[in-house]
Amino acid sequence: MLSETTPPQTATSGVVQAPPTIRNPQTNESSWRGLLRWESALLVALAGALIYGHRTTNFWNATNFFYIGLNIGEIAIMALPLTLIVITGEIDLSVASMLGLSSTLLGYLYLHGWPIGVAIVAVLIVGAIGGALNGVLVTRLGLPSIAVTIGTLTLFRGLAEITLGAKSVGKFPATLTKIGVIPIPHTQIAYSVGFFVVLAIIYGVVLHAMPVGRSIFAIGLQPEAAHFSGIRVKRIKLMLYVLSGTVCSFAGVLWTMRFATSRYDAGTGLELNVVAIVLFGGISIFGGRGSIIGVVLATAVMACIQQALTLRNVDAQVRNIVTGVLLLISVVLPNIATGIHRLRERRRLRNRDRLAQRAPDLHQPTTTTTEGQRA
Amino acid sequence: MSLTVAPISRPAGVRRSELLLRARELSIVLALLIVFGFTTLKNHEFANAASIRQLLSGASLVALLAVGQTLVVVTRNVDLSVGSVLGLSAYLVGTLFRAHPNAPIALAFLVGIGVGVLIGAINGIITTVTRVPSLVVTLAMLYIVRGVDAEIVNAKQIDPTLIPHSFQVVGYEHIFGIPWLAIIVAVIVIAVGFYMRSFRAGRDLYAIGSNPDAATLAGVPSGRRVFTAFVVSGGLAGLGGALFLAQFATVNATGGSGYELNVVAAVVVGGVAIFGGSGTVFGAALGALLLNTINQALVAAKVSAFWNQAVAGALLLAAIAFDRWLSLRVERLESGRGERHVV
Amino acid sequence: MPSGADDDPGGSDVSTENRDEPLDGHASAAAETPEPLLVLRQATKSFGSVRALEDGSITLYPGEAHALLGENGAGKSTLVKILAGVHQPDAGELIVAGRTLVLNGPAASRAVGISVIYQEPTLFPDLSVAENIFMGRQPLGSFRRIDKVEMRRRAEAVFRRLGVALDPLRPARGLSVADQQIVEIAKAISFDAKVIVMDEPTAALTSVEVARLFEVVRALQAENAAVLFVSHRLEEVFALCQRMTIMRDGRFVRTSLIEDESIDSIIRSMVGRDLDSLFPKTATMLGEIALSVERLTREGVFTDVSFDVRRGEIVALAGLVGAGRSEIARAIFGIDRHDAGTVRLDGTPLPNGSPSAAMDAGIGFVPEDRRQQGLVMDLSIDHNVALAPLSRLSRNGLIHRSDERNLAIDWASRLQLKFGRMKNAVSTLSGGNQQKVVLAKWLARQPSVLIIDEPTRGIDVGTKAEVHRLLDQLVSQGIAVLMISSELPEVLGMADRVLVIHEGHLVAEFARDDADEASIMRAATGQTVGAAA
Repeated sequence: MLSETTPPQTATSGVVQAPPTIRNPQTNESSWRGLLRWESALLVALAGALIYGHRTTNFWNATNFFYIGLNIGEIAIMALPLTLIVITGEIDLSVASMLGLSSTLLGYLYLHGWPIGVAIVAVLIVGAIGGALNGVLVTRLGLPSIAVTIGTLTLFRGLAEITLGAKSVGKFPATLTKIGVIPIPHTQIAYSVGFFVVLAIIYGVVLHAMPVGRSIFAIGLQPEAAHFSGIRVKRIKLMLYVLSGTVCSFAGVLWTMRFATSRYDAGTGLELNVVAIVLFGGISIFGGRGSIIGVVLATAVMACIQQALTLRNVDAQVRNIVTGVLLLISVVLPNIATGIHRLRERRRLRNRDRLAQRAPDLHQPTTTTTEGQRA
Repeated sequence: MSLTVAPISRPAGVRRSELLLRARELSIVLALLIVFGFTTLKNHEFANAASIRQLLSGASLVALLAVGQTLVVVTRNVDLSVGSVLGLSAYLVGTLFRAHPNAPIALAFLVGIGVGVLIGAINGIITTVTRVPSLVVTLAMLYIVRGVDAEIVNAKQIDPTLIPHSFQVVGYEHIFGIPWLAIIVAVIVIAVGFYMRSFRAGRDLYAIGSNPDAATLAGVPSGRRVFTAFVVSGGLAGLGGALFLAQFATVNATGGSGYELNVVAAVVVGGVAIFGGSGTVFGAALGALLLNTINQALVAAKVSAFWNQAVAGALLLAAIAFDRWLSLRVERLESGRGERHVV
Repeated sequence: MPSGADDDPGGSDVSTENRDEPLDGHASAAAETPEPLLVLRQATKSFGSVRALEDGSITLYPGEAHALLGENGAGKSTLVKILAGVHQPDAGELIVAGRTLVLNGPAASRAVGISVIYQEPTLFPDLSVAENIFMGRQPLGSFRRIDKVEMRRRAEAVFRRLGVALDPLRPARGLSVADQQIVEIAKAISFDAKVIVMDEPTAALTSVEVARLFEVVRALQAENAAVLFVSHRLEEVFALCQRMTIMRDGRFVRTSLIEDESIDSIIRSMVGRDLDSLFPKTATMLGEIALSVERLTREGVFTDVSFDVRRGEIVALAGLVGAGRSEIARAIFGIDRHDAGTVRLDGTPLPNGSPSAAMDAGIGFVPEDRRQQGLVMDLSIDHNVALAPLSRLSRNGLIHRSDERNLAIDWASRLQLKFGRMKNAVSTLSGGNQQKVVLAKWLARQPSVLIIDEPTRGIDVGTKAEVHRLLDQLVSQGIAVLMISSELPEVLGMADRVLVIHEGHLVAEFARDDADEASIMRAATGQTVGAAA
């Protein structure tokens, strides 16, 4: 790249751009058009999912919606802090293992006579500590988050295994385990969905309407410039990991109460679902782009589709296939769009340059028509 | 305003830094020896022939998949679908034998590899053509393949009696005390490792991972190379599936699930940088061996099996931290005082 | 600096002669006129509706170092990209070694012997230097295996030709910027490049490294290659090059021998304007000490640096590149931690290593590297202006969008920012306008101290003057300004006091009236210890 910048109206053309950045600068985050394009697509997908569900028996009744929410609740809750982490350009694959760890820890403490309220608080604190571990390794030691969280994914699951072994704990207080059976009074909304909605609003406000949210986007787009602008990059990232650990721990509590059981393998493999929702929600894996609305919509779409398939007695495994395909589509489509755009641009410019009748072999003299091409 | 100039010479820290980089593979060997030594002290059985054979064959499949994964990770990608591919391939090879009990073994291996190559090609095409990050592509593929596999298997499983004995030989026989499985994998490791070191296409992979833009500028055919890396990774996973069947003679819907994490752990512990550009298949294979040895060591030392995962996780974190320390040391050795660096 | 005959300013410089032939009237040039290596004749290039190049012409002879001069927007980058094969001209001729060609890509450009060394070297950090040079073309041995011994031998041979000592086997990671450039040049040589274009190569080099680069260039010249030196640094141009080409507004202005030119004549041709208007410094009343730096030290980078900056004062840190000035500034602002010493703002010490604390206390910091450090390129103009967290813009913790936009619009007009829409990404702005956005970001916080590192680097002369005028305004409003600049005319023109840094030590201080280029240079190169001459 040459030192001087090209004048504002210059198109970034050229058969090769030297040296291009990894990110494709698309419409920037603040442009409403870019924001709404993905979310509108999700709305359409949601409508499609609902229609598809409509054709399924028993879909459009209240109890069904209760179950839709119930099944997706914890995953959706875990997707919220992950969204912010991904926007800053990092990742957290340890989310489901933290859920498992907190579930086993809760069972363990309860089994040993701790009052359930105290046990829950203790578990949340452990979640925060686990998140802090991730955060410190990533921010203080500067280790790559994908490798670190694969490590803590294994570590937390291992700790869960050590805590309970092969045992399982049951007999939790009925006042709490009812969340797995009945909805919030006067509604058909599962408790976990209620929590999700509250958290989504909070996260949404923080991300889109508060200065720290702006900083989060800046960190994802250009961490150095964020640092030079006085944004406390390390502290924010650390906080996000601590939040993730705590929220996932909370999800673990909900999970335990829903199933009224505590086992070490709680939530195994769930991290993939969480990541899938985040990416399907339009959050760029490169960081710096996305919205909470997208994640909420993605959750709704996924949940409806899963439930519709379940009602049609479609195998759990086929549901996996559907999730995978959805994920693929959600990331491939926008790239196809830019890819086609790029191809078209390139073809257009090449056609224009071809006016100079390029020689196939560069050693042959050209038959340049110089005069006629002056604009 | 002219100044007299002396040629700027670099400090003699060069040799030391090269050694430090080699040290990565050596450190795994060292760790292996330490683990092996300590465990044998506690439990002499650990060092007998049968136990060592078990160490080797237990690590073989992960090591095999780690070879393919190394190629992919070196280019700054990742292949999370290998576990599902292994499971699917194992089942399909089993199905082949169920339908044609006298099928030649070579065909069985071809089928297994073919399945892997196909899925690897799909991964490769999507990653290179659409520029979608491989993390996402292979994650989705993991789901899809797992689903397909489960659909096909449908709660059934392969009956061991259907597997021809000659096929199973590969899985558990040994020659000169070394399991065939380990020999096959070792040969592949050496061949691929050699290729990565001494052939242009292999070096291209490192270039792509080290600086993708510079690689394009230098004329490296990045798309083709990355595609090939995924095909090889898939193919080796498919081969792993056939070998899995040979080893265990049975497979159900969950065969191979969770493998991908073991493979990535082996690769990371083995010194392959997750951001690409460095690391060798030798290191990755050694990493697989180390992880398996630790697992077995815990069993032999009568530590509860429940500790396995936690230890693996802690080890992984330690390996990453060590790698970071190592590369910082190298950088400091090379540069002397704090000068400005772009690279 | 040789002084030359004055040319008439402005448009009358554009002549239709003097494009391909060296000026006659000089014995050495007239003795023989060798075949030019490369001739670009009247190239034009448009991007959409913008005519980036109207008349791009240049002639390069073997064995010469040729400077390409011109402001931003003059068309230099487009011309170079045409030579690099990145763009194809809409019209015009390119003749290389006597053959008329069209280059349809960088590979073609390399194949005919043109090599461009960009400002940011693109190397493979994990691979060895030798592999970096020969990637994709490694020498092969039996069975098409890479012949490592041969590769190392060839790398060493190239380094010998350049007169540099670099170990081909060491990894590229950790190489200084200067060494990375050498590797890039080695790459070019290994391609048998005959024309080597260097784009602002000395921007990040220490003086020793610049001297070494010049030696390398002379070695290239001795091999009859031509070096095209694109630079804003006129002193270096005079030291290194034999001929130069000036461009303005996309057009070729003239080509001349360096010895026939002076800085004045060059600038006037580049700008069409007089020099004096560049530094509109007015005298200001000085106030209290705002920023106080006491014995600031960072191991191996700078030692025991102490100085004050008063309100209404511009203090400049002068010195050679690599002396440690930017590092001092970053330590003051907290980007880097310091190992000893204190930084005080209005008497209150600042915590070590906390940019947010420095910011809250009232310091603004305009960094050296606009694109990486000053701005988030993909974000819009108004978001960049509001990037440094600004509590004014939020009520009850929530951002107020209209306040934010009004702030940006307000500053845009104050700074005369030229932009399309507020929502456009800052990447669409020119260098000068980008710098204005960075300034707006900090000025919006109403700092009491502004640290600005290379205020006008990579900015066209017109905007340069605006920035200087702005700084002048700021100090008259009572702000204290600490300025780092490598351009001595800027330092001499703007600063009330000049502090000279040499190898991490504060070695000299000059008041405005006592400062002159010679004494600053002497101090900067460590030749005098103590006060001004």
